[in-house]
This record gives sequence, structure tokens and C-alpha cells, in this order.
Amino acid sequence: MPEIKVTPLGAGQDVGRSCILVSIGGKNIMLDCGMHMGYNDDRRFPDFSYITQNGRLTEFLDCVIISHFHLDHCGALPYMSEMVGYDGPIYMTHPTKAICPILLEDFRKITVDKKGETNFFTSQMIKDCMKKVIPLNLHQTVQVDDELEIKAYYAGHVLGAAMVHIKVGSESVVYTGDYNMTPDRHLGAAWIDKCRPDILISESTYATTIRDSKRCRERDFLKKVHETIERGGKVLIPVFALGRAQELCILLETFWERMNLKAPIYFSTGLTEKANHYYKLFITWTNQKIRKTFVQRNMFEFKHIKAFDRSYADNPGPMVVFATPGMLHAGQSLQIFKKWAGNEKNMVIMPGYCVQGTIGHKILNGQRKLEMEGRATLDVKLQVEYMSFSAHADAKGIMQLIRMAEPRNMLLVHGEAAKMEFLKGKIEQEFNINCYMPANGETETVTTNPSVPVDISLNLLKREMALGGPLPDTKKPRTMHGTLIMKENSLRLVSPEQALKELGLNEHQLRFTCRVQLQDPHSDSDTLHRIYTHLKSVLKGYTIQHLPDSTVMVESIVIKLSSSAEDPNTKVLLLSWSYQVIDLSYSQLLLNIRKKLTCSR
Amino acid sequence: MKLYCLSGHPTLPCNVLKFKSTTIMLDCGLDTTSVLNFLPLPLVHSPRLSKLPGWVSKDGTVNLEKELKECAGRVFVDSQPEFCLPEKELLDLSTIDVILISNYHCMMALPYITEHTGFTGTVYATEPTLQIGRLLMEELVNFMERVPKAQSATCWKNKEIQRMLPGPLKDAVEVWTWKRCYSMQEVNSALSKVQLVGYSQKVELFGAVQVSPLSSGYSLGSSNWIIQSHHEKVAYVSGSSLLTTHPQPMDQSSLKNSDVLILTGLTQMPTANPDGMLGDFCSNLAMTIRAGGNVLVPCYSSGVIYDLLECLYQFIESASLGTTPFYFISPVANSSLEFSQIFAEWLCHNKQSKVYLPEPPFPHAELIQTNKLKHYPSIHGDFSSEFRQPCVVFTGHPSLRFGDVVHFMELWGKSSLNTIIFTEPDFSYLDALAPYQPLAMKCVYCPIDTRLNFHQVSKLLKEVQPLHVVCPEQYTQPPPSQSHRSDLMLELQPPPMPYRRCSVLSLPFRRRYERIHLLPELANSLVPSEIKPGISVATVSAVLHSKDNKHTLQSVPKPPPVPPTKKRKRVIEEPPEVLAPKPLLSGAVPLEAFLATLHKHGITEVKVEETADGHILHLQAEDTLIQLEEDGTHIVCDNNEPLRLL
Repeated sequence: MPEIKVTPLGAGQDVGRSCILVSIGGKNIMLDCGMHMGYNDDRRFPDFSYITQNGRLTEFLDCVIISHFHLDHCGALPYMSEMVGYDGPIYMTHPTKAICPILLEDFRKITVDKKGETNFFTSQMIKDCMKKVIPLNLHQTVQVDDELEIKAYYAGHVLGAAMVHIKVGSESVVYTGDYNMTPDRHLGAAWIDKCRPDILISESTYATTIRDSKRCRERDFLKKVHETIERGGKVLIPVFALGRAQELCILLETFWERMNLKAPIYFSTGLTEKANHYYKLFITWTNQKIRKTFVQRNMFEFKHIKAFDRSYADNPGPMVVFATPGMLHAGQSLQIFKKWAGNEKNMVIMPGYCVQGTIGHKILNGQRKLEMEGRATLDVKLQVEYMSFSAHADAKGIMQLIRMAEPRNMLLVHGEAAKMEFLKGKIEQEFNINCYMPANGETETVTTNPSVPVDISLNLLKREMALGGPLPDTKKPRTMHGTLIMKENSLRLVSPEQALKELGLNEHQLRFTCRVQLQDPHSDSDTLHRIYTHLKSVLKGYTIQHLPDSTVMVESIVIKLSSSAEDPNTKVLLLSWSYQVIDLSYSQLLLNIRKKLTCSR
Repeated sequence: MKLYCLSGHPTLPCNVLKFKSTTIMLDCGLDTTSVLNFLPLPLVHSPRLSKLPGWVSKDGTVNLEKELKECAGRVFVDSQPEFCLPEKELLDLSTIDVILISNYHCMMALPYITEHTGFTGTVYATEPTLQIGRLLMEELVNFMERVPKAQSATCWKNKEIQRMLPGPLKDAVEVWTWKRCYSMQEVNSALSKVQLVGYSQKVELFGAVQVSPLSSGYSLGSSNWIIQSHHEKVAYVSGSSLLTTHPQPMDQSSLKNSDVLILTGLTQMPTANPDGMLGDFCSNLAMTIRAGGNVLVPCYSSGVIYDLLECLYQFIESASLGTTPFYFISPVANSSLEFSQIFAEWLCHNKQSKVYLPEPPFPHAELIQTNKLKHYPSIHGDFSSEFRQPCVVFTGHPSLRFGDVVHFMELWGKSSLNTIIFTEPDFSYLDALAPYQPLAMKCVYCPIDTRLNFHQVSKLLKEVQPLHVVCPEQYTQPPPSQSHRSDLMLELQPPPMPYRRCSVLSLPFRRRYERIHLLPELANSLVPSEIKPGISVATVSAVLHSKDNKHTLQSVPKPPPVPPTKKRKRVIEEPPEVLAPKPLLSGAVPLEAFLATLHKHGITEVKVEETADGHILHLQAEDTLIQLEEDGTHIVCDNNEPLRLL
């Protein structure tokens, strides 16, 4: 029986360093290649030694697919391709291909330049890695090789995020990456057609949340910003240049417009223009509303948000500043933080995850006294808020996706074990399908039962369909006879006659004849007629003919009668039938005749 | 399989393919060359046009002064311009299941097909095709509605009268089917039926046919189509280009091995080299500007204009045209320029990598930013106050019959300092200029048509090897103006099947097989046996299920158990070459093997008699006769407990 094997190297009952291996129809595919933000040691990257102990992965993998640009989905890619060694194709969408190297470079700088780590990938490795990337378009069917095909679907979540359908022969798997089933400020909702995969591998970050919590988080965020501004405080939002920053900008921009607020919003220099530019150029990946109006008003050209200048930090009065980088470990965001930290009217909002050791991480853990370079300490008096803005499907959304795709099996990754357990129960109950949740390094094997595609001769099919009538009768199914010819790699189903002709064989007639002796006083023709009428009354639904040459035909069974010369009462009944006749039991027939004649005697 | 040809225009095709149970329309091009027979629609009152004399036949019997005007020896219809529609009578348009669009130029007749015909199907197109197609339609509607003309001329269409008119009006065909432009409402309704597809996306139609667009390299989002089932493949090639311009390169390999290839949209300028024309364009433009004249470029709002602007971007500095203003005037100028920048996925590799930087893929963004290129919705409004001369104006429509271009013709036509440069190949420039004669302005004809030429197409066909080629009849002979150029036609073996407007072709197709699926249970129950090396056979008895044009075979449901008949006794296993539950047998029974099998089952008393065709076996103990012949076995047993042999 064909099998599909799924092994998470990361994201199995866990969030972070997504990396899932799938073996399907003899092909091995790696889905995502992320890093874990919570670790600084080996556990940061997926354990590629699971694939092979020694060296390069190229010959063990047919392709690598990256779902979106978040580092927990692509952060280990240069390590995998350049340091472990992989030269095969890497697939990702255009926006992911554009943005992913920038985030990788950002992250590399933090780890190597700031934290002084060695044994990390270099800028050149990121570039070399990106050269192996083949861009994917939505809904395009990409033939990786003769048998393996992949197709990307829109996933929402972040710009360029995709779900992917992987198909070999009639077996298929869908991997969702991270997705979002409700459109948000700048992105649309995920969508997939009824592709009925053997396994749907879905993220389950919000496995137990049953409402759209994103709107609430947005409202919370706006409320906090608004309150701080109202009391004359300053709001610092450390962000990475891409992704969440744009979403928050749109959020504030529309809020400012609606509330007619006057306090300035600044975006720290550097990547700003450039980052917004990505969104402008990839506007086809945003939601319907933004796409429709972009000629008149490009949502990524902000009216209220202006470029920040270093000197503005000392300006009196309220303001909101987006500054890079996002973890307060260096650069402009840290400088501003130092300036504003002492005033309790101010606020810093951390909209994303912070790596251990960064100031962002420290203040989120409630540390109020920070040691700075040169032995100085910094008292943190401003308010510290954490707010996660990532857009994931909630339980309702996951169920909705299952309904859309109608998978035969379900497999959960990218979530916490306890929450997964809950969702697994719900899925198994509601859809009556198996749901798996392997841990990292555990292999889940799913047996598939594919049907066998065969080429049927059109003549045979048409004949059969014509006989079957316009509406199939489910109660009395017709049996169709054909011969399957297996030649080289082709499977053809043809009519038996055609098969014989094609193979140059003669039909072998197999006939059985049986002599039955009877005692009957009537004349030969009378007896035969009696047999005929009797059979006719007993065997309803069969064609029974009394032929002039004194034979009776029941379908294709021939019945002949002769009487022996010595004893006219002893009749010899000759029954002859061919091997093909199977639906009418010959013995049944015989029994029938016997009984009848016995009775009448 | 049949092909209904609804348009005779080779580059604006409209064909309908009946394939399996589906009816598929391939493109719906609108032949706009008919507008050349009409008077231009001026934006502001033109004394010259309004003073043109009416037409009266030489003998004075026919007077159509109101409808027809004479200008420089040619007669023009004074009415709202009309277009020549695809044939509507050849088949019932409401039976069309889907329309496949190959590029935005080939969809301009869409509202005529989808509206008011009972059409209920789906239109498939790529996103750039839809968006830019919408812009072009919007522009056309805008051009027409901006200068409404109450008069609708119909008298001249009368057959008797038309016969007496001077050419080319006399020779115009199907004039009664000519229609005015559609409304914006009809455009919106038609485009709401479009479903977006991406390159290489496989779209299933009713489970019977799969269609898939392929990059054709001609314009943003332009595509060729593959229409196939499991055993048949039709390739539809329309407007393709092998030149490296802005769109994604043409996908040639996927066209391979098609049974029929329908070839349309070859270059209309087989003798003009696009690169050379681009050079001519630049040098003529520079020359005119240096001499203090203005340059008018009548063009469509999308397509070649992007390449022209890119070429000028590089040329401006070197030709010291840095201070010359470039104007792009069209109701959709802004949209067209904006849209061109957001379709990174559909662009050539070079432009794609620019987006990764991120920079706009087309340099016209920079031209706009530096104020060298300005765009306006029309000559009214801002343009009239900001307009400086000498300048270069890009504007439509290339037929010179409507749009802002009419105004510039009236404005600049009288001065020999000015130049009009034709770049669009769709209209004969002499015909386009006819109602403006006499004209002092210089005319330069630089048609840029990047579509395949005959040389490229024959190379392509050699590569992709279709069994049959179908093409417009125009491609099967040299152009009338160059009848000696036998290289300007398609020469193929077997010769292509030509079509013309209203042709109905039966495509040479024999469908012999169809895909069916054996359910796993059935597949497992089959017992194949090898009858020749490499060839195995199994008998299949199963129940056929057909749903949505998909067929599956299921195992026969088990019949209710028959009361066991004691009399049945299987004595002998079947000889090896005969298949187990096979109601059909083949081959001859080898005697020796057969005897051996009998022996194994304890039947030893066998008397063998030789006959002409085989042997007669007499099983004495069982009182049974077995006749073995080349193609038959007859078993005669006497008693009523027969041995069921074989």
C-alpha cells in the first residue's frame, strides 16, 4: 500500500523553527526551514542530521518550499543550503523571495555583529542561497520533475504568504504554512479549492481560540496609543522594517484620520521608504480594497506618517515613533528608548517577539533597571506593553479550511501540544477523519489508497454508457466486462474482442454438453414444448426461445431432445452451454427441468 | 471536434472549439478597422470637418449628403464610428461554456458576446489581461461618450446603395452587423464574468477538459492556451513574441506534442524589424524636436508604449532632449502607468529582479518623478494650462478617428515642422490619415509589431511538432502586396488547414481512449497474467460509475449467496495460460500439459484419439468425452454429475 510519511524536524507540538519533511510517492520534500527564536544554541536550527548523518542534503531532498518570510519559517535556509549543503530547487512566492533576504540579513547582523557569534551564515551565503530560489506564482502548477507538482494558494498572514498543494500521481498533501481566514487591514483571507488532499498539514497557533481576536488586539493597541497621546506622552514602537510595521502604520493612519488626531507619527529612517515600496510593488498580494483603490490612493503612501529625524526625539509634546530594530538591541529604537525611558507618561509597545539578551526581552520580563555600557544604569519608568499582532487562523478558521479542502487526514503542527490535543478531538469528532500531531522527530505514516488510472477504449465506454441508460440504476448495477492490457507502462482497458484481436489470439470456445436421460411418455416435440413452457414460467426475465429446428434456447444455452430408438419413452436431453454463461446456473436449469418432468409424470 | 471561425481578422481572432462535451470560445477580438470608414470625432468643433461636402452619386440619383461626406477624394460616413463584430449567426452564443482570453487586445468584443446573448458561462483571463483590458475598454467608451453624435447613418448600408459607393466603402463587408460601442455598464457586467488564472494553472472544465494558460511573451499577462483531455491536446497560439521586451518570455516547451495547433496573431508587419523601427522612431523624434516641431505618437494606452518610454528614457539624455516635455494623454494614462508597475510576476526576469531591490520595474516611474513625462486624462483641464511646445504627445486612438489624437491632428496637421509617427501596426497609416488630407505635417511609419514572424513561427513549429496546424487563410499565401515573397507564408507538411470568417472546420481527431479510475478494491482483486513478454492481461468485471464526466469502476457487489449446488465440483485446476475467473478464454490447450493435469487429479484412464483438428479424449471412468481443438474445447459428459473441466 502506498504511504505518505510526515516528520516534523521543527514545529512538531511547538511554535518556532518550522521544518517538516514529507515523503510522498517516492519524493522527499522539505516544508519551511525556520529557526527557533527562543534558543541560541544548536536547537536554534532544525536537526538536519535526521535526514543524513554525513553532509549534503541534495540527494535526499527533491525540493524545499518556503511558505512565507517570517524567520521561524525561513531563518535556517542559508544554514541548510550553504552550510549543511543543498543545491536543489527552493520554491517561494515573489514577495517572499524579495523580502526574505532582507530579514535574514537583519537577523544575521544581530547575531553576528552585535552578539559576536561565530559559526553563523554570512551575507554571501544569504545571496548564494537566494540564487537557488525559484519564484512561485499563485495557482500556477509547477512541475518540479515529471511526477512531482506543486501549486501555491493565497494564505493571508503576511505579504506573499502561501499554502502549498503537493501532488505525486493521485496522492497529495497540503501544507498551510501560517494562514489567516479573515481579511485584515492589508491582507485578504486564505483560500483553497476542494482539492481533497490525503493529508492537510495545518498550523494550529490559535487552536483553542474561537473568535477573531485580532480586532480586539487592534482596538487594545489603539486605545493604549490614544491614551498615552492624550496625556501628552510619547509612544515608541520598535519594529522590524517589514511586515508588522506596515500593518501598524495602516492601523494608525486610518485611526488618525478617523479621530482627526494631530499628534505626529514618525517612522525612523532607513528602510521605511524602501519597505513601503515592497508593499506598493506587490499590491496584487494585498486585500481587495487596497488593490481596487491603489491608483487613486495607495494605502502605503501615508499622509500622517512622516520620516523621523534624530532631533525630533527631544521635541516636547506627544508623538508616536516607529523605530528599527524591533528588539531594542541597537540603533535608533534603542537611542530613543534611552531618552524616553525615564518618564512614566511614555510608553513602549513591543509588537513582536524578543530574543533573549536583548533589552526588549529584559523589559518584557519586567526588569526595571538596565545596565548600560560604561556601568551606567537606566531606570525604566515608562510603561511597557507587549502585543502580538501575528495573524493566524483561529479554531473556527482551521475548521473552515478543512471544510474547504476536504482532506482525508489531518496533521497539526506549529502549536502547543495541549491546545493541539483539544483541536484534534474536535476535528476527529466533527469530520470523522484521523488527526495526527507528531512531535519533532516523530514520523507519522498515513496509508493512502489511490485508485488506479487506466485508459478505457472509448468504444467500450460509450457502449457501456449507452446500455446503462441515461440514469444509472443503483439497485441493479450492470456488470461490465473488459480486458485490461498491461504493456510497458500503459494500462488499457478494452473490450475482450478487441483485446484478442490486438494480441493476435484466437478465442477459445469452451463448451459443455450434458446428456440427461428422462422418462417421458409424450412425443419428442411435446416434451420439448413442455420443457419450453415450463422454463418460460419459471425463468422470468430470461430470453427463452423455441426454435423451429426443435431446440430450446435459454439465453445461449441450447437444449435438444432426442429419444432413443429402442424406448421412445426414454428421452435424452442434450444441454450445451459455453463457458461464458455464468449468470444462469446450469445445474439450476437442470434441476428445474427434472422437477417439472418428474411432477408431470 | 469542430472549430467555428467567427472572425476573419488574423490578429483579432474569435474561434469556437467544440471539444468533447464542451464549447470553448478562443478570444473575442473586435475588428476596429471598420472605423476607418467614418469621419473623425473632434473634441472641439472643427470648421474644416463640418464644411466637408456631402456625397451625391455622379448621376445625381442617390443623395446621401447627410450621411456621407467627401474628403480628398474619399467618402466617409458621418456618424458615430462602428465596429465589425465577430459573427453571431454561425452558432448559438448562449451555448458557449467558457471564453479563454489570450491578451487584452483580443478581448475587446467581450461585452458584445457576453451581454444580451444569453451567455451564462465563465471567462478566463490572467490578472494583467483583465486589468489592462478593462482600461482599454474604459478608454474606448470614454472616447465615444465624450463626443456624443446623435446621428446614426444607416441608409448607406442598403445593399443597392452600397454597391454604387466609391471604394473602400463599396467593398466593406457585413456592414449590417457593424455595431456602435458598448456602454460602461455593459463592460462592467462582461468583466464581472471573468475568472482570474495564473500561468500554468490547470483549470478543469466539467471534468472533461483541462485548460491552462501559458506565457506567450507578447504583452503583460498575455497567454497561449492548452486545451487537453487525457488523450487529446489542442494548443491555441495567439499573439506570441520571442523578442525580449517587458513581458515574461514565451513558454514554448509546453506546446509540444499537440494534436492540433491553432495558430493566430502573427506579426502584421512581417518585413519590419521592431528594433530597427524603434531606432527610426527615436531619430525622427529627435530630428523634429530639434527643428522646433512637435511629435504626435498615436498609440494604445498600454503595451508598446511602455517599451517606447523605456527606450526614450535611455535616449533622452544622449539626444539632449532633457528639457522637452513628454505628454501621455488618455483617460486611463495614470492607471495604465500605475498598473504596469505592480505586475512583477508577469514581467521578464530583468524587471522582476528590479522589484526585489525594491525599485519600480519600468523606468517611466523615474520619468514621471523628474517631471519629464506628464500624464493627463484629456486635453481639457490641467493640460491646456501646462502645455508647452515643442513637445512629444502620446495619445489615442491609433485609428485617428476618435480620442484626443483628433485634436492634435487638427492642431498640428497644417505645419510641416510637426511629425506624426505611427507605431501601432493595426491600421494602415494612409487610410488613417485620409480624412485629414491635405496634410502638411510629416508622416513617419514605424510600425512596431513584436509578434512572431514567419521565420520564427516555422522554427517554433518544427520544435513543438504539432500533428496538424489550423490558421487563418491569410497565412497560407504571401501578402497580396508582396505576392512574390513566398517566405511570407506558412509552408508546412501536412499543409495547414486554412479558415476564414464563417468557416466550420472538422478537426482531424480520432478519440479512442478515455481516462477511467479503478477503485483500489477492484484493482487489488485483478489477477494479471503474462501472456507475452512484457504484456500482461487481466479480465475486469466491474460496475461503471460515471459522474461529472469522471468515470470509475467498482467491484461488482456480491450477489446474495446462491444455495450451494452439490453437483458442482471443480475437479481440475485451470491450465496456466487460462485466467482464473475469466469468461473469455484464449489460446489452445496443449495436450501434454492437459493430460498431466488430469493425471494429477486422479484421472488416469484416458484414451486419446487423434482427429483432424486436435484430439478426442475419452475419460473412461467418468464416461466423459473431451474434444480438444485449435480454438475450442467441447466437453461431453453423460451423467448428470458432470465434471466441470477447465
